Amino acid sequence: MLTTEKNSYLRQQRKHLQLFTGLLLAGLILWLSLLASIAWGAADISFKDIYQAFTAFDGSSSHLIIRTVRLPRSLIAMLVGAALAIAGAIMQGLTRNPLASPSILGVNAGAALAVVVGTFILGSNSLSVYAWFAFAGAAISAITVYLLGSIGRGGLTPFNLTIAGAAITAFISSITSAILILSQRTLEEIRFWLAGSVAGRDMNLLWQVLPYICIGLILALALSKQITILSLGEDTARSLGQSTALIKILAAISIILLAGASVAIAGPIGFVGLIVPHIVRFLVGVDYRWILPYCAIFGAIIVLNADLLGRLVVRPTELPVGLVMPLIGAPFFIYLIRWKLHNS
Amino acid sequence: MNQNRFCDHRLETKQLTLAYDGVPVVRNLNLGIPTGKITVLVGANGCGKSTLLRGLARLLKPKGGMVYLDGKAIFQLSGKTVAKKLGMLPQSPIAPEGLTVRDLVAMGRYPYQSWLQQWSSEDEQKVKEALDITTMTELADRPLDNLSGGQRQKAWIAMVLAQDTDILLLDEPTTFLDLAHQVDLLDLLYELHQQQGKTIVMILHDLNLACRYGDYLVAIQQGKVYATGTPERVMTEEMVREVFGLECRIVADPVADTPMCIPMGCKVKSDILRH
Repeated sequence: MLTTEKNSYLRQQRKHLQLFTGLLLAGLILWLSLLASIAWGAADISFKDIYQAFTAFDGSSSHLIIRTVRLPRSLIAMLVGAALAIAGAIMQGLTRNPLASPSILGVNAGAALAVVVGTFILGSNSLSVYAWFAFAGAAISAITVYLLGSIGRGGLTPFNLTIAGAAITAFISSITSAILILSQRTLEEIRFWLAGSVAGRDMNLLWQVLPYICIGLILALALSKQITILSLGEDTARSLGQSTALIKILAAISIILLAGASVAIAGPIGFVGLIVPHIVRFLVGVDYRWILPYCAIFGAIIVLNADLLGRLVVRPTELPVGLVMPLIGAPFFIYLIRWKLHNS
Repeated sequence: MNQNRFCDHRLETKQLTLAYDGVPVVRNLNLGIPTGKITVLVGANGCGKSTLLRGLARLLKPKGGMVYLDGKAIFQLSGKTVAKKLGMLPQSPIAPEGLTVRDLVAMGRYPYQSWLQQWSSEDEQKVKEALDITTMTELADRPLDNLSGGQRQKAWIAMVLAQDTDILLLDEPTTFLDLAHQVDLLDLLYELHQQQGKTIVMILHDLNLACRYGDYLVAIQQGKVYATGTPERVMTEEMVREVFGLECRIVADPVADTPMCIPMGCKVKSDILRH
């Protein structure tokens, strides 16, 4: 008896050590991806130049490219990846729906429509205005999908929620298209943004959305344990003494901040919030205290590399990351679903 | 019949009305749960047993009246305060894929943790005890979805035990279990009741097991209490006819001498007529 106990204590310790090592390893991959993303593109830059651009900046064109183009772009890709992956993980945990993600449940589409409407009416292209439109749009569509999913037969089942999300996404996207067809000017201004892109953003834009994403991330990490408890179902969580309504509202605020800020700065990028949490759960299990940090790093790695790929495959022009993600994400997602079906 | 045995009530309802979507399911119910006893709720499908149990567990806000825990209105107590006194196991609890037994049982310590106080040695001790008493120690590192129905149900019981409450509410803990595992699980609950003096309230569909294991039976008919008391008092042919709409004979259980319900059914009636 005693040995079983000791063994399982050791096993527990070893598991935590493994998870922590894995996190460090993922961090290393992220670091390498960041270097690659800064070095490779329309013009290739040596790693020595990258080092010097930060230690001994001399105003040369390659140093300028690094500091004003590549670095902001890479940092934004990382931030957006982390934000979308965490938003997706929380949505999946909260709804116990493996298909939940900001793009499938209409949150990204809602934020995008709001930004298009904002540009159309105000003609504003200041990001701080975009951000507030994006938050409002994300919130309204999330609430609509939630309500629509709840009134279906059987209540808020994963099926009803997914269908409601698909319906609202289709509806919202058609309004977005309609506005863009009506207004050529709006179309010109945000065509690239709407496809989902991290190109051509400078540090200023990054600083503008950083606070929202940071609040969203901190809130999400603070809620991680609560979300693990909530994954036992509403009744069990409540009989353990959790105020589930409060936790859900806080989680929703975190999702809206993360998804809204991502859409504001990079447009709607799909598949990140859907596939990253699945990969992570497969690797680390069911505890959101591990799932969320892993999601942040994996999400950052994936978007960073997708953006890099978009720059490399059609040189000297490039594909926006919002178009590269589905190319990576869709096959992986099909594999995931088949693998899941096969195993259950 | 000595009713004084049941006069001590830590959990009781006064004029309790519970409703789903505005339709009252439980109406003006006055019920005291005898402390330190096993109480079994029986009644036909849809009579409001589960609703009542959810009301007792503070999961459903009353439309009228109130549930009292230790003399205080249960909705005026915080969720965690209630969770330290009263544990509840829903009918078919759900767990995320891959959750291990130990992780599940550890979640039972949630009411004792806060932002500052995370995992204590007392938490560790209570989890160990809960695993031991349910004989789940050997299976502690197995994922829940790899276990048999009986083992899985024991893991959930272990989680509620780790919660370290005096009162346990169990909604049909024996559903989907074969007879041997039903008896096994009820024996475990009986042992807990005997050794630790826990107050247990559960819903059972098998009337004979209800009489065997229950100190106190509550027969519920359309949201109202039809009869309460010892199994001998409650389990009558008339009660079964009124509450379940079933003709039966009550005989003494040859093993435990508690009442046993033998249903009539059409097959027997026509056989009797033929002879």
